[in-house]
Amino acid sequence: MIPGKESLIEIAYLCATALFILSLKWMSSPTTSRRGVRAGELGMLLAVVGTLVNHDIVDYKWVAAGLVLGSLIGVPLGMVQMTAVPQRTALSHAFGALCVTLVGTGEFYLRTPAVPRFMMAVLSMEVILGALTFTGSLMAAGKLQEILPQRPITYKGQNIVNLSLLVASISVAAYLVVHPEQTILFTVILAISLLFGVLMIIPIGGADMPTVISLLNSYAGLSAAAMGFVLDSKLLIIAGALDGASGFILSVNMSKAMNRSFSNVLFGAFGQKEAAVASGKETRPVRSATPEEAAAILAAANKVIVVPGYGMAVAQAQHKVRELFDALTKRGVDVRFGIHPVAGRMPGHMNVLLAEADIPYDKLFDMDEINGEFPQTDVALVIGANDVTNPAARNDTTSPIYGMPILDVDKARVIMVIKRSMSPGFAGIDNPLYYFDKTLMLFGDAKSFVGDIVRELGGGAHS
Amino acid sequence: MRIDLLTSLYVFMLACFIGFELVRKITPLLHTPLMSLTNALDAIAVVGAILLAGEHKSTFTTVLGTVAIVAATTNAVGGFLITDRMLKMFRVSGPKKP
Repeated sequence: MIPGKESLIEIAYLCATALFILSLKWMSSPTTSRRGVRAGELGMLLAVVGTLVNHDIVDYKWVAAGLVLGSLIGVPLGMVQMTAVPQRTALSHAFGALCVTLVGTGEFYLRTPAVPRFMMAVLSMEVILGALTFTGSLMAAGKLQEILPQRPITYKGQNIVNLSLLVASISVAAYLVVHPEQTILFTVILAISLLFGVLMIIPIGGADMPTVISLLNSYAGLSAAAMGFVLDSKLLIIAGALDGASGFILSVNMSKAMNRSFSNVLFGAFGQKEAAVASGKETRPVRSATPEEAAAILAAANKVIVVPGYGMAVAQAQHKVRELFDALTKRGVDVRFGIHPVAGRMPGHMNVLLAEADIPYDKLFDMDEINGEFPQTDVALVIGANDVTNPAARNDTTSPIYGMPILDVDKARVIMVIKRSMSPGFAGIDNPLYYFDKTLMLFGDAKSFVGDIVRELGGGAHS
Repeated sequence: MRIDLLTSLYVFMLACFIGFELVRKITPLLHTPLMSLTNALDAIAVVGAILLAGEHKSTFTTVLGTVAIVAATTNAVGGFLITDRMLKMFRVSGPKKP
């Protein structure tokens, strides 16, 4: 053993830790964020090289094979389409959690039967969080990729079943802390946690995905931090804590944006929507408009706010929306985008899709920034968003989404809603917005409808 | 051992606070790249996996470690790649730079 090498490895870890913190710091603004990625990459490289020269490593064959294979799988996963980012993210939560769970299992196997109590406690925490995040994230990815049914699957007593499973795995873990020689119990913990992960995600529908993905992100981070305690690696503890904190903040943001209490989110009680909504079905008249009429109104406006939702992503309409943005901007119309925190399938999803369509990010505003602007707005154009614009959330105490913060599109002078049909949105809640006198329904596929408006605007040719 | 544990707890607590402070400042605009970045950073768990596979203490643990390396490396490579691809797309208004 060369003492100098040991210290060098420690210094490499120290630098990696600093680089990780800087990486997050630089993520705060789009102007420095790419530097943040570089810092993260460099930190990762330092840490991996530092680990590879560790004298404990006697066999490089498998390590090299793992690194090469992982890179080969990683590249295509880094090249997926932007619309597929939510499922890719869920899948990578699953991979991260898998890694942590496997290492935890290996460490237990090496240490058993004489595992000190504290070690056993963090090991259990590591594998419980890791295993439930692994299957939970796989389920989430499956739902997002639409391999699994998107609709929430609920049954009576679901919460009790889920909660008892969690309690069971923690109780078994507690027993194992006192009796670490009962090796078989470790397998029991693993099995229960894997099952819990599946059952936890079953009742969750697409609209709850932003919260769930953030929560799984947090769990993945915390399990990595627990692994840091097991291996006594400060680098891992810090990286895991940063990831856990980030996921935690995002989950809190998302649950606030959906008016769910955080404990409601923590205990996985998602998708619990009262079924008593469908009763208010009425056939009130709505006003609809053609692309020509919509184009004429938009061209005459001074200020337009576009409100995109997941429907825009489904219809792949973002590039047509960019064309509309260009056509209106050329005519001197002030076009902005108002984005609800839970629009899309993960936090910030809409921003990425619009940025990909080459819409400048200084035109993208989050809910709190833009809500004050609607009263001075000529046209609010809603594309594929529903519940996040529903005024019932503000004034109808009987509405299941009552209290949820919304984009105040109803305060604009004219509201246009592009929608396939009058069918209610994901939550199955009717939207009173559609029956306003100043609301124009634009029925059709978002992509082709926006395309038609753009053609009309171009055909006008007096700019 | 006991001292180490306490130090680790302090480190964990401080890192959580730093994480909260840093992430709170991040604009919602970048929340998707943020999540893919922290995901990539989380792949630092590969360090533990490399040790487990490389120490070669038993076939079982070597297999576990190798699979763990694959999983974590996938995250690191894919995570940094897609984060950078996303961030490259964010631009301000005005004339396009070549």
